[in-house]
Amino acid sequence: MNTFEFLRPTTIAEAVAAAAVPGAAYHAAGTNLLDLMKGGVMRPGRLVDVNRIPGLDRIEHAADGGVRIGALVRNADLAHDALFAQRFPAVAEALLSGASAQLRNAATVGGNLLQRTRCPYFYDADSACNKRAPGTGCDARGGENRLHAVLGWSDACIATHPSDFCVPLAALGAIVEVVGRDGARDVPLNGFHRLPGHAPERETALAPGDLVVAVRLPAESAAFASHARYLKVRERTSYAFAVVSAAAALRMEDGRIAEARIALGGVALKPWRAEAAEAALADARPTEDAFRQAAEVALTEARPSGDNAFKIELARRIVARALLLAAAGTPERIPALPASPFASAPGGLVHV
Amino acid sequence: MTLSISLTLNGTSEVIALEDPRVTLLDLLRERLHLTGTKKGCDRGQCGACTVLLDGRRTNACLVLAVAQDGAAVTTIEGLAMGGQLHPVQQAFIEHDGFQCGFCTPGQIMSAVGLLAEGQAGDDPERVREGMSGNLCRCGAYAGITEAVLDAQARMTDDQRDAA
Repeated sequence: MNTFEFLRPTTIAEAVAAAAVPGAAYHAAGTNLLDLMKGGVMRPGRLVDVNRIPGLDRIEHAADGGVRIGALVRNADLAHDALFAQRFPAVAEALLSGASAQLRNAATVGGNLLQRTRCPYFYDADSACNKRAPGTGCDARGGENRLHAVLGWSDACIATHPSDFCVPLAALGAIVEVVGRDGARDVPLNGFHRLPGHAPERETALAPGDLVVAVRLPAESAAFASHARYLKVRERTSYAFAVVSAAAALRMEDGRIAEARIALGGVALKPWRAEAAEAALADARPTEDAFRQAAEVALTEARPSGDNAFKIELARRIVARALLLAAAGTPERIPALPASPFASAPGGLVHV
Repeated sequence: MTLSISLTLNGTSEVIALEDPRVTLLDLLRERLHLTGTKKGCDRGQCGACTVLLDGRRTNACLVLAVAQDGAAVTTIEGLAMGGQLHPVQQAFIEHDGFQCGFCTPGQIMSAVGLLAEGQAGDDPERVREGMSGNLCRCGAYAGITEAVLDAQARMTDDQRDAA
């Protein structure tokens, strides 16, 4: 690891000024950053620690059903906030399906949005990677790429965004509050992460110094609470990133779908909102056929980026199944294995 | 650049001067303070061997910068037993054969203490297994570990669980 200057500002303005210089990086929990620094993937010359800034660790519920989540709220605290889990159960389930209990106790809301891809070629400083070292090429193309992107990828980069939390946030229309040198602004989560295009090193809508201070879920997104699920296929039962995941939320009226929300994880360099598939379900009855057709629509533009064509069919099935689970109703308590296909059938498979 | 931090370490206040901001909590414990019960397995947050309680919450010490922890309370495996009396989770691991080689055991035990304090798993073996999934055991002692956690959960009073 390279050495660095460690600053502990106590106001947002000080932090923004300190982090706006080249080579600076924000530090919250460090669960991803330290890993990257140990591997030489990131070499910041200055860490700006945001843990001493008061007021960023609050969960503020509004009377209208919306919520404002401070960027320093820890994943475990958010998932176990009773009112949050009641209003946004798919978000809580996604949080609890990610990482391990130890990491969820540390990792923050802001850090989750800004975590880097888990592409092994990005992590290996000896591999060509246009994201880590622009212009060097992409060793994932033609390499071990069965877990890489099937949507929105480019010849320059086929990595995926690893977050679970961001997937239901995308489905529910979350807003990211950012403070930068020019003041505060709102960025819709769906415009926060960039697709790779020709410049995969540019990952988000943030400019140097920009600090994520909160994430908001609008009041109308709580209307999906009784029919909302997150489903995540992993290569082992727990403590693994998604191969493919999906968030599904339905607003039901008189046995019909008034409004559907769908987003996918593990398929692209951003949480992938499937608006055309949502539209296909408007005013439909919640049948398996309707959900399969919506899943077809969600993956219309998908194409393999390597040895990963299986992920397209897997994603269709996971979308359809997440919708079926959502239609069946949000369970009273998050299952013992959150978001796991092994836990989804009542009285079904028992994991040993 | 010297940065000074204060920690409450296993109940004792310590002021520690750090010459290097790169020191992780794990390396501080093992190399500087000679508390080698906390193990370094992967050093990348993937195995759980370095689990300690940081302000009462189980955390991977390998992914924590010591310099960022000014004012924190840290409990390691060395701080669990009281007056020669093993912590109920330690005793349960012995009684249920919750280990073989023992390398992952301090992390497993600290994780179990954290899990019981969180109070989310109750007496459901599936929730215990899921809650302990951040701690890998290459000997495969998982069956004994789950039994030990459930037994400790049944034996500990609410006060004991919260005290961790």
